[in-house]
Amino acid sequence: MSPLPDRLLEVDGVTVDYDGFKALDGFSLTLDAGEIRVVIGPNGAGKSTLCDTIIGRVRPSAGRVLFRGQDISKLPEHRIAGLGICRKFQAPGVLASLSVADNLGIAAAIDKRWWRSFGFGTPPAEAERIAVILERIGLAGRRDVLAGTLAHGEKQWLEIGMVVATEAELLLLDEPTAGMGPAETTRTAELIRSLAGDHSIIVIDHDMAFVEQLAARVTVMHQGQFLMQGSIAEVRADARVAEVYLGRAK
Amino acid sequence: MFRLKRQFVVAAGVAGVAAFAPFVLGGYDLNLLARFLALSLLALGIVLTWGHGGILSLGQGVFFGLGGYALAMHMKLTPLAPGEVPDFMMLGGLEALPAWWVPFGNPGFALLAVVLVPGIVAALFAWSVFGRRVGGTYFALITQALALAFATLLVSAQETTGGFNGLTDFQVVLGLDLNGAEAGRTLYWVTLLVLALGWAGVAALLASRFGTMLRAVRDGENRVRFLGHDAAAYKIIAFAVAAMLAGAAGALFTLHAGVISPAMVGVVPSIEMVIWVAIGGRTSLAGAIAGTLAVNFARDAISSAFPDLRPYALGLLFILVVTLLPGGLAELLAARFRKVAR
Amino acid sequence: MELLLGQVFNGFSVASLYLLAALGLALSFGLMRVINMAHGEMLMIGGYLAYLTLQVVPGPWRLVAALPVAFVGAALFGALIHVVLIRRLSARPLDTLLATWGLSLILQQGARSLFGAIGVEVTAPAWLDGGISVLGIELPAVRLFIIGVAIAVLAGLALLLSRTRIGLLVRAVNQDRMMAAATGIDAGRVDLVVFALGTGIAGLAGVMLALLGPVTPTVGQSYIVPAFLVVVMGGLGSIRGTVAAAVILGLVGSLAQISVDASVAQVLMLVFVILFIQIRPEGVVANKSRALDV
Repeated sequence: MSPLPDRLLEVDGVTVDYDGFKALDGFSLTLDAGEIRVVIGPNGAGKSTLCDTIIGRVRPSAGRVLFRGQDISKLPEHRIAGLGICRKFQAPGVLASLSVADNLGIAAAIDKRWWRSFGFGTPPAEAERIAVILERIGLAGRRDVLAGTLAHGEKQWLEIGMVVATEAELLLLDEPTAGMGPAETTRTAELIRSLAGDHSIIVIDHDMAFVEQLAARVTVMHQGQFLMQGSIAEVRADARVAEVYLGRAK
Repeated sequence: MFRLKRQFVVAAGVAGVAAFAPFVLGGYDLNLLARFLALSLLALGIVLTWGHGGILSLGQGVFFGLGGYALAMHMKLTPLAPGEVPDFMMLGGLEALPAWWVPFGNPGFALLAVVLVPGIVAALFAWSVFGRRVGGTYFALITQALALAFATLLVSAQETTGGFNGLTDFQVVLGLDLNGAEAGRTLYWVTLLVLALGWAGVAALLASRFGTMLRAVRDGENRVRFLGHDAAAYKIIAFAVAAMLAGAAGALFTLHAGVISPAMVGVVPSIEMVIWVAIGGRTSLAGAIAGTLAVNFARDAISSAFPDLRPYALGLLFILVVTLLPGGLAELLAARFRKVAR
Repeated sequence: MELLLGQVFNGFSVASLYLLAALGLALSFGLMRVINMAHGEMLMIGGYLAYLTLQVVPGPWRLVAALPVAFVGAALFGALIHVVLIRRLSARPLDTLLATWGLSLILQQGARSLFGAIGVEVTAPAWLDGGISVLGIELPAVRLFIIGVAIAVLAGLALLLSRTRIGLLVRAVNQDRMMAAATGIDAGRVDLVVFALGTGIAGLAGVMLALLGPVTPTVGQSYIVPAFLVVVMGGLGSIRGTVAAAVILGLVGSLAQISVDASVAQVLMLVFVILFIQIRPEGVVANKSRALDV
């Protein structure tokens, strides 16, 4: 069975079991190259576990994850990252005692084998990439500031910048606008839209205003299962979605 | 930020001044200084692992001991005629040299073993622990168990290790007569040179991309891993380099002290090594050297005058520095400089 | 065969001591992610308190009086350590290790000043003399008593955690500290109680050590490193894991002594733990946790 050429990611019937609690329950999802996909769902729907599973932090007890047709569900995390999948975490986690530029540098490193670290300075190709990303995320003026001293919104952008700097084909952004005000949220949406085409992106969020600004297809999860998929308008109109969000039992 | 050129200048300057010590200090004081400079070499390794890597090892004494014993074994073998065994082995009833002692008769092998044995042991140990994502407090506890096991083994294998008394009574090292008039000075300069080279080497390592990666792993190991780096590799290398420095420190210390014994490698000495660096400043190389010298000179003064006071003083020092001044003296000085600069 | 059975029994009695020494460490580590390096000195304090009690209280059952004295004394000491030191350092586990090690030095020297370096003897009461014979091996009563105390402590702890209000609070904080705090639980108070409880259990362990040999300022040191290994092996915050790890290490240590001497057995225990990590790095009992540690 050969996958369609433009199909980048295929999550196929994945189940993740936390001591009897099924965080993912036979969940499937496919993503095409260059696509932005928003995944929404109430708390505990399994959105973060989905990300964890794709990047290999959590191992599925059933099902497969295919990336460009290759089963990655048993590969070690750094191998998965090496194939071109990168995730931004929910909790802001920049490397606090490193400068903004060094944070991006670690993400942008082209040759990540450890024995190549015995040298000084940044290779020119990477420096160029870092400069471009600094502009893109609006932190060009703060390249030598320690990342731990950035404002909350700036940290989120730096993290998105780090994910982009890896030049990964598939970016997973887990709540990129958590704790942001409306203006910052709008800027973040613009940033993410500007990345589509170069990258395929899965965004997890539950801020509907933000999701609308992304203008992308939406997958709704509920209790570890696939609920529905469609445009933001279709999702809004769907009775089942309203039900799970309002917390009524079926 | 780590300014490499300034580190080199400071290291060279300090070493240049310290090189005159043999013309100023008496034999006893020079010997003490030389011992503590040897210990400073070990402290540099703790800055690398603990300060910049966030890896707390409570077992550095093991690597110190491996280096010390490697050289001590060579020195015990040097004066022997073929077929003879060292004095303590004769007392223990051994008639032939154990096979694992034999290669240490070769000076080249012994010198390599001083750094390579600790380095390889540390790398394998760290690989087996960090490779399984076990770190932090767990790692500290396991290294402490390692220190206990090592010291216990040395004591119990009396007939081949000298047991509780360790190895002592050395005559000659690599052609240098240890009882000769020039021995003290020569060994002092050798120690100073090795320390200066170690300082420059670790400074370079910390300023390189490796140093940045190591600090990145300290700040967020998982993050670094998900960005596609093999985070454990950086910790393993840092730990192995620190062990090699500890091994060299152990060999030099053994030369100056004239003895290496289990009492210098076990649980208590291993954890004391951390306090030298804590006091000086865990991220500062100069601070670690200053802290090592300060604590050890103070310890020497207190021990001879009030032996009962030493544990109280040391214990209190641990508590106060860690709770009130986690950056050590280096931070205190840096803050003072910033104030002056303003 | 008799040798083997004897060593298995010995293994269980050593495991009981490891367990009593490690339970407090494991409880606090699960809850606060810190290790108290002065925990061995809580054993020592328990031992000296037993010695003092036996000086004051007359009669054959005075050992029974020593148990609550040692428990309460060590628990109060633990509460003090928590308030003065641990609480201030709770976000820095490695610094806590170092600070509490400093404390351990001070406590050892304090004991040396008060009681002397040689150590004091606690004579086991007459009803602990002798033993019973099972399958041709002699089981000393003292060792049976120690195993009994460990089982009783374990049962008491299980009851406390599953049936009482404080147990409920402990489980809540253990599950999710932030969430528990958000629902109005005073997590700091829960930490304090658990820490004191853990040091109290160590005090009981100290009484057991006093029955086996002289109480010296460093008596705790000989059991604390194996207790640390029990914590490493047990799995985060799991009492079942701690029990299993204590039994495994106790058996590994005493079975190894059939063919090698005690010091090599100690090395083998460490090697065993490192090998064990290769197979189950998350400990005997793995709590699959979603807690983010990024």
